[in-house]
Amino acid sequence: MDLEYTTLLPEIILSLSGILLMMSAPMVDRERQHSLGYPALLGIGTAFAATVVQWGLSGEGFYGMVFQDSFSQLCKLLFLFSAAAITLSAMSYLEREKLLHGEFFALLSFATVGMCLMASSADLILTFLGLEILSVSTYILVAFREKDPKSTESALKYFILGAFSTAFLLYGIAFIYGATGTTRYTQVADFLSSASFYPLALALGLALIAVGFGFKAAVTPFHVWTPDVYEGAPLPIAMHLAVSSKAAALVALLRIFYQMLPDLSQQWEGMLSISAVLTMAVGNIAALTQTNIKRMLAYSSIAHAGYLLVGFCANNASGVQAMLFYLFAYALMNVGAFTVIQVMARDNERFLSISDFRGTARRHPYLSAALASFLVSLAGIPATAGFMGKLFMFAAAIESQHYTLVVIALLASAVGLYYYLRVIVLMYMWEPSDILEPAPVPLSAKIVIAIMIIGTFYLGIYPKPILDLASEAAIF
Amino acid sequence: MFAPEHLISLLLLIPSAGVLLVGMLPGSRSHLLRGVSLAVVIATLICSLVITTYFDPSSGSMQLVQNSLWFNAGIFHVRYHVGVDGISLLLVLLTTLLMVLSILASWSITRELKLYLAFMLFLELGMLGVFVALDLILFYVFWEVMLIPMYFLIGMWGGEQRIYAAVKFFLYTMAGSLLMLAAVITLYFYNGGENFDLLEITARIGDGRIVLPPGVEYLLFLAFFIAFAIKVPLFPFHTWLPDAHVEAPTAGSVVLAGVLLKMGTYGLLRFCIPLFPAASIQLAPVISILALIGIVYGALVAMVQPDVKKLVAYSSVSHLGFVVLGIFALNFQSIQGALYQMINHGLSTGGLFLLVGMLYDRRHTRMISDFGGLAHATPRLAAFFMIVTLSSIGLPGLNGFVGEFLILQGTFLRSSTWAAIAASGMVLSAVYMLWMYQRVFLGEITHEPNRGLKDLNSRETLILLPLVILFVWMGIYSQSFLRLMDPSVENVLQRVEEFQDRLLPRYRVSGEYDGS
Repeated sequence: MDLEYTTLLPEIILSLSGILLMMSAPMVDRERQHSLGYPALLGIGTAFAATVVQWGLSGEGFYGMVFQDSFSQLCKLLFLFSAAAITLSAMSYLEREKLLHGEFFALLSFATVGMCLMASSADLILTFLGLEILSVSTYILVAFREKDPKSTESALKYFILGAFSTAFLLYGIAFIYGATGTTRYTQVADFLSSASFYPLALALGLALIAVGFGFKAAVTPFHVWTPDVYEGAPLPIAMHLAVSSKAAALVALLRIFYQMLPDLSQQWEGMLSISAVLTMAVGNIAALTQTNIKRMLAYSSIAHAGYLLVGFCANNASGVQAMLFYLFAYALMNVGAFTVIQVMARDNERFLSISDFRGTARRHPYLSAALASFLVSLAGIPATAGFMGKLFMFAAAIESQHYTLVVIALLASAVGLYYYLRVIVLMYMWEPSDILEPAPVPLSAKIVIAIMIIGTFYLGIYPKPILDLASEAAIF
Repeated sequence: MFAPEHLISLLLLIPSAGVLLVGMLPGSRSHLLRGVSLAVVIATLICSLVITTYFDPSSGSMQLVQNSLWFNAGIFHVRYHVGVDGISLLLVLLTTLLMVLSILASWSITRELKLYLAFMLFLELGMLGVFVALDLILFYVFWEVMLIPMYFLIGMWGGEQRIYAAVKFFLYTMAGSLLMLAAVITLYFYNGGENFDLLEITARIGDGRIVLPPGVEYLLFLAFFIAFAIKVPLFPFHTWLPDAHVEAPTAGSVVLAGVLLKMGTYGLLRFCIPLFPAASIQLAPVISILALIGIVYGALVAMVQPDVKKLVAYSSVSHLGFVVLGIFALNFQSIQGALYQMINHGLSTGGLFLLVGMLYDRRHTRMISDFGGLAHATPRLAAFFMIVTLSSIGLPGLNGFVGEFLILQGTFLRSSTWAAIAASGMVLSAVYMLWMYQRVFLGEITHEPNRGLKDLNSRETLILLPLVILFVWMGIYSQSFLRLMDPSVENVLQRVEEFQDRLLPRYRVSGEYDGS
């Protein structure tokens, strides 16, 4: 047991970079605030490099508060990768929307620090801290479109519900502490494996923790905030909510349930499989009737949380592996889709109604092709990352004989096809509803979209690289 | 460097390269685009012919096999395993031939030509992949990925109701095949989580190394069967077909009817029966009855269609009913006939759709009542239409007869009642096809605009000529095609044999009634 600073090296680098950004923001011209994205990218890149260098190292740090293992490292790579992509697409967004506050990048970096802490935490207290760092930064980021009342409204909604769910989580932690006398994952697990009976407080703690993270991951029945908040949030932040923040919550929950409460697996498997079914059903069915693309993607993200829970319920190494792979695939296609939408929405996010996508294939052949590819991948059609993700996920669940769950998931994804296709139909098979000049496509958006397209198809055709990393990371 | 084993990969590579090539050419150079795509499909056709020359018809096993690792990660071991046997080779040839004709028939497409041609080539890749894949995951990937280009082809270049038809087509077929994915994964775990190799799993099921509990076998069979039955389409899963066929552009209809439907029957033959012989035998009566309903129902509905294209579409339901009936009669003649009929249907219905497309290009209508007496205005078109019609209704001397005869012969060994009902379908097909022919081509010209219609030009004649030659060839010298498939059909039956001996003692696999 030692301090071992290096176990948190990426987090430390990113925090320093965030603080520096925060301090330098007032010294940069107002018109040039968006260019603070470059130093932010540098910080994220350095943290990424640090994680890569540390790959394979394992141990504990901060007197046992922090795990350093391939699971946390892979999760960090995922979070940092998404953060970089979001930063890159946010740069042109902030410039276009005249949201000239460099603090945006600092807050995004802090949120990423919070997520990384959640992935590497070995103690409920640190997990809670990580979640709070993530949440508080995100509350502010959601409200970033200061002139748009919708943004403020959604931030308030997110804040109130978020505070509520945090309280649940804290309460749950207290119960666990009360039942076992510790908040350290491994110690709780040791206690449970030698316990002759489980106190009721433990079950309560388990349920309350699931509520807390279920809220962040937008899992039914704790999903109701999602569409409203996504709709009001600036597009890069909707991306952050849909991709990173959801992934962080699931990863933290995975660590808690697999590492701390394996003895209660029957209980949480049952609870989560019910939630998985509801999540997939609600997400896919509600998405069918949406008229705003942000809301549609919000429900689609709920549906995907449901698929991820299917892998979670598998409760085997393949499940963890499949979840990690899926989170990568999901990040690729969602960041890509949101970035295309961000470009096509134009200034003030004017064109976000699904009917605005009528005939865009004429105006934007490349962007439309990209969006169509991302949607096809979200729908889980072969040769895309989304298909491989679903394949691994369902295979893991079948491996532990969750046949019903898989059949429901397959039926749900059949429903899901419809709303993804609807956008493609509008883009390709309808005439444009109005004559608009093509929207300008900033270079940064082009780069992000290109990377995501390549990733989506690469993983769809040859998933081995990420799957190998994921199987190394599936340590539980 | 080059070995015959690489031929199949080359077959897949040519259309893939074609997609990229077409994608990189400028969209404004329409002649260049057409020329390049035509060259690509012709190259693919030549490649498939070369494969035929390397193919040894005396062996029923997979040939020109290439089997290498695709990816091996986590619990998965997925292989790139391709090969052909007599069954798939014929379908590959059908695909490559029809693709050449379809590209030639797409000369009138001008809107978004580049995208259109890219999707056509992509479609060819998907279809060929389905017929040569021997790894279940590889097969599934091609099976699903092929939906995308077809969906766009219907939705972007189709008729009035194209969007409805495209979405319906996509959702029906995709929903059907999703459950197949679950079945594939389940099969993988029953295979000890070793691989998704079709041949290996089939062999292990055959010699009892994999024993599927009866309940599981039925469920897996159904998951595969429904996916294929929707594609065939077998009654009552056929409702997507009329919409898709009617709304698709001509080339799309040709490919849909000619090749896509065969993917369903191919799946039944390649996957359902060898993987689940016991379930296949036990469910055969039910499936045969569905097929019989399809035969009669399809024919009756076709009879009353006012739209030629719809009539041809419903005739497919009827004809494919024959194929399914033949497959599930589970004896040598019937399966041989079913396979022969798959090729026949591909050629003759493909030909009918091409002709209907040519009519539509001239008159911009497909209503039977808008025509009449066309034989006076367009004698060559009428003559070709007659030949294709006769092939479709199974006139002796042309290809259709051979297939239907074999199917009926095989079915008769199973049940004379079924054979009688199926034969009535043949009669009905003569009724609706000839009646339609009479109303469109014979008599006096009743509508003025029909008088000045142009007859076939040389490009159109060139499209139809190979079909006619094949009709006659396949009708008169069927042995040259049957000999390719015989050992492979025998192979499929071998899988059924031991199970059949147990379950259906009255009949021998060879189809000879042993009198007990």
